[in-house]
Amino acid sequence: METKQSEITVGLEAQNKVESTYIVEIKNLSKSFGENHVLKDITINIKKGENLVVLGKSGSGKSVLIKCLVRLMDADAGSIHILGNDITNLKAGALNDVRKKIGFLFQSAALYDSMTVRENLEFPLRDFKDKTAEEIETMVKNGLESVGLPDAADLMPSELSGGMRKRIGLARTMILKPDLMLYDEPTTGLDPITSKEISKLILEVQKKEKTTSIIITHDIECARITANRMIIIKDGVCAAEGTYKELESSEDEWVRSFFE
Amino acid sequence: MSKNKSIAAIASTENDTTSTSLFSFHKFDGFFQELGELTRFAGNFFKSVIRPPYEFKELMKQCYLIGYQSLSLVAITGFIMGLVLTIQTRPTLARFGAESWIPGMIAVSIVREIGPVITALICAGKVGSGIGAELASMKVTEQIDAMEVSGTNPFKYIVVTRILATTLMIPILVVFADFVSFIGGYLGVNILGDVGLRFFFTQVFDKLGYNDLLPAMLKTVFFGFSIGLVSTFKGYNATKGTEGVGLSANAAVVLSSLCIFIIDAIAVQLTSLLVK
Repeated sequence: METKQSEITVGLEAQNKVESTYIVEIKNLSKSFGENHVLKDITINIKKGENLVVLGKSGSGKSVLIKCLVRLMDADAGSIHILGNDITNLKAGALNDVRKKIGFLFQSAALYDSMTVRENLEFPLRDFKDKTAEEIETMVKNGLESVGLPDAADLMPSELSGGMRKRIGLARTMILKPDLMLYDEPTTGLDPITSKEISKLILEVQKKEKTTSIIITHDIECARITANRMIIIKDGVCAAEGTYKELESSEDEWVRSFFE
Repeated sequence: MSKNKSIAAIASTENDTTSTSLFSFHKFDGFFQELGELTRFAGNFFKSVIRPPYEFKELMKQCYLIGYQSLSLVAITGFIMGLVLTIQTRPTLARFGAESWIPGMIAVSIVREIGPVITALICAGKVGSGIGAELASMKVTEQIDAMEVSGTNPFKYIVVTRILATTLMIPILVVFADFVSFIGGYLGVNILGDVGLRFFFTQVFDKLGYNDLLPAMLKTVFFGFSIGLVSTFKGYNATKGTEGVGLSANAAVVLSSLCIFIIDAIAVQLTSLLVK
């Protein structure tokens, strides 16, 4: 009897351990816009430290998926657990606390036009009243150095190139050292060389800060560089899943067409 | 056959009437929907304005941008207002030998009506379009989303500060415009006559009472609030990408100006009732 009890306890512990290894758990997520069913019953689990790349054609619902993760959009059905919190049921205050542990790099970098680069990087730190001006200055300096732009602090966003904007956007999202990073098409609109640099930077940041990442892209080179695991979304469902090599040599012609 | 034709004609007329009324209904439907959204937006403002954290730094910045940076425009407009009003009314008053009434007439008309309305309209054009375009641009380039994702309340940071800044700054700008108008009026009087500065301003302030000053000041607070509310509402809810930026700026100016006239009409009625 004692043995059985201990087996059960061990079993439960093991189950809890398995659950706790997932940073993100998306279950049966659905989202529609009128008659357009963008996401249908999507289930994805992401382990700590993993880089998940989500591929798919334009309009396949990739961006909607990560916007649902931070409640920029509300899901119609399903549950989303991030860092142990059920995002779909959180109230504003608690949701903001979870959001501070998530970094989101927007497609356009979304730098605040009316602020300098320094003010952009300081913006996420404004709620941390315990930090002194020197500490904030050091964090901004380190953030800019980590993306290779140490002298950009006093520039305005309008003075930056596309690649520089992405780098500053990345520095701003990384300044709070988030546990989870969401990238919405990080290489879109960039030349192949800058795209490669950004992809390598994503990988570098992930290794250095040990973050978990979800990268939405249709840039196959970016996926090759950054992915531990990949998911391909087609018609609102996960059509394929695997590593880069597995999907590259898939028997499904449609999946292979992404790699050609 | 002819009976059938007439029945068909009546049916067709009825159909036309129905389609016309449906069309009108849909037009009003959109208007009331927008009015409802604006009311909810205003409700959110009042809820957010009393709840901490307070964005003092951003409020000060907006007061500087809205107030200080509008001073030159308001000064030029105010000066011309006073000057033109004096030059235009002088011949009429001179015909009745009432030139000595000019300072008092300028004081009452500027303080009660022309100063607040013209300054508010100028601010609706400059400040309202600026706020509408800025917020719409932030919306379409995902800057508002970025703020939200970073755990900041964008409504509090962007909307509340701007509405408060316009509500506080427009009355101050109106007082400034009134004063500059008096200087314009003084110069206007002295183009063809010779009136001392002290005499002119004594005449001006003698003719002004609390009945003139208080209602006028009170309505400028509402003017400022309406400019801030409408402009932020239009910008914050912008859609249609870059096209939406222009539409929001345009709508902000048009609706703010309309609100100013409506508030002015109500204020005049209330003032005349209360003064009685």
